[in-house]
Amino acid sequence: MATEPRDGGDLRRTARALPTLFRIGFSSALAYRSEFIVWILATNMPLVMLLLWTAVAKDGPIGRFGEKEFTAYFLATLIVRQLTGSWVVWEMSMEVRQGTLAMRLLRPIHPFLSYAADNLAALPLRGLVALPIAVGALFCAGGEQLTKDPVLWAIVPVSILGAWLLTFAAMLAIGSLALFFESSLAVYDMWLGLFFIFSGYLMPLELLPKELHAVVNASPFPYVLSFPVQTMLGLSSRSEAFASLGIEWLYAAGFLALALVLWRQGLRRFAAYGG
Amino acid sequence: MLSARHLVKHYQVHSRPPGLLAALRSTFRRQYETVRAVDDISFEIAAGERVGFLGPNGAGKTTTLKILSGLLHPTSGEVRVAGFEPKKRDGSFLRSIMLVTGQKQQLLWDLPPIETFELNRAIYDVPRAAYKTTKDELVTLLELEPLLNKPTRQLSLGERMKCELAAALIHQPKVLFLDEPTIGLDVSMQTVVREFIKAYNERHNATVLLTSHYMDDVLAITPRVIVIDKGRLTYDGTLADLVHETRPEKTVTLRFGAPVDRARLDAFAASVSGAKAKVVSHEPQLAVLQVNTGEMNELVTRAISEFKVADLKVEDAPLEEVLADLFARGKAGAKAPDVAAPVDPEAAE
Repeated sequence: MATEPRDGGDLRRTARALPTLFRIGFSSALAYRSEFIVWILATNMPLVMLLLWTAVAKDGPIGRFGEKEFTAYFLATLIVRQLTGSWVVWEMSMEVRQGTLAMRLLRPIHPFLSYAADNLAALPLRGLVALPIAVGALFCAGGEQLTKDPVLWAIVPVSILGAWLLTFAAMLAIGSLALFFESSLAVYDMWLGLFFIFSGYLMPLELLPKELHAVVNASPFPYVLSFPVQTMLGLSSRSEAFASLGIEWLYAAGFLALALVLWRQGLRRFAAYGG
Repeated sequence: MLSARHLVKHYQVHSRPPGLLAALRSTFRRQYETVRAVDDISFEIAAGERVGFLGPNGAGKTTTLKILSGLLHPTSGEVRVAGFEPKKRDGSFLRSIMLVTGQKQQLLWDLPPIETFELNRAIYDVPRAAYKTTKDELVTLLELEPLLNKPTRQLSLGERMKCELAAALIHQPKVLFLDEPTIGLDVSMQTVVREFIKAYNERHNATVLLTSHYMDDVLAITPRVIVIDKGRLTYDGTLADLVHETRPEKTVTLRFGAPVDRARLDAFAASVSGAKAKVVSHEPQLAVLQVNTGEMNELVTRAISEFKVADLKVEDAPLEEVLADLFARGKAGAKAPDVAAPVDPEAAE
């Protein structure tokens, strides 16, 4: 019996393959249950920061943030971080170094799409494990801090999706550098260092020194975490939220374009080591 | 179906001597060597052919396969496979080929092989009915039923290799690149894999390109061979012709009904036309002689009439010896090194 593929361009074929890609990605994530739980629990920096800043705020609020505000802020940060984190740079570096990227390149689906499917497929599992606890805690301990504006709530999921895409695209771009340097983990470490400070992961961005605000706002980092969190907590106005949404998605598109260019150029140099 | 014209692939490889000082020096000033992995080779392969790529380690065989499958960009030259330029990695091209390598795998490590089959079905967009037929055929031919639902990491090497082959063929590629597919397999599993590859080629008229260091793979599967040495094509033709051109002599094994002493055997060998027979080994009732193809009839006829011959065997030189001779000649005849002198990028400026 002929196994000619069905009619349709590459895009349609890829779309047909996506449900299976997601299912396989989900199954792979389930394969090592203990490791997966540990990995989720390792994303605990917001909880550490919550304890630290609420202790600092015991004697009085810092800017707009008292104990309740810090609690709500860092629980929201935990939720957004669980939904938008990406490990693709590790995967890409390892595959380039070991030559196993070759197996991915042989398939008629762009590797970025298969990496994305792997990443997104794990989200339901993370959602099942970590999110109920974090969301429950947020509503219990900081529920009154959440925005009551339906427009801002409508922006929240779009901003989280944009944050995921921006993070993922940046990781793809950094991971693609492995085709030039054999390992791009040092570049990733630099990104991570800047992310910790400039994304709002360690503290609300408005608490940074005023001299840094211009630099921070010009960078992509606020849009991977702080922007969705601020929107969720009603700390931005509608116009600010819409403007930030536009900038966030522009950054996502920009990083994706950069990743595609780096990938294309890097593949010319790929040596497919290891037999 | 498949053509390569003046194909070249060079690598820049960083090299440094051992030691701490050398390591520190190389941090600031790196020296590079240009490795000519593939150095101007050209060939054409028709649809449905089975061709072996032979050569010593580092000859450029696997590099050639990787260029043909689109994994590597050539430095220069033209390559066409099934009408496509491999380096462009067109979706239709990737759906018509597969590379199976004994050293890497596409099977999902943590999941059973059946999941990889399903994944490939989806990625290659194989209609469900066709997938079921192909999968059932592969499972039967390769005896995979007991393996399908076990995590890949729990399978033995031979079991994984069989599953790899099946996964590679779910979409029935028209061109199969096999890079040492039987490496590490036991003898019976090697036979299974060889028979399967031949059967697949005959059934689907698939073009098969194979590299292997096991000569039994080559003998069983590929009637035509391309020999690559130091990135250069040194032979392209049938296996039989390669053997006859490189080692034209035949090996004749004689088992005697009564003991024959060495002196008598030497005299016999010397008396064959032009003294072209040579005694390779001798025991009282067993002798092995080598003789050119042209004198073989004479030797056999006279041996039967002059000795009490209980058994007789005539063979070509073992392929391993043929290739060892060929590679040794290649080394002896080499005029230029295959590695260019180290390049110091700063000095070049």
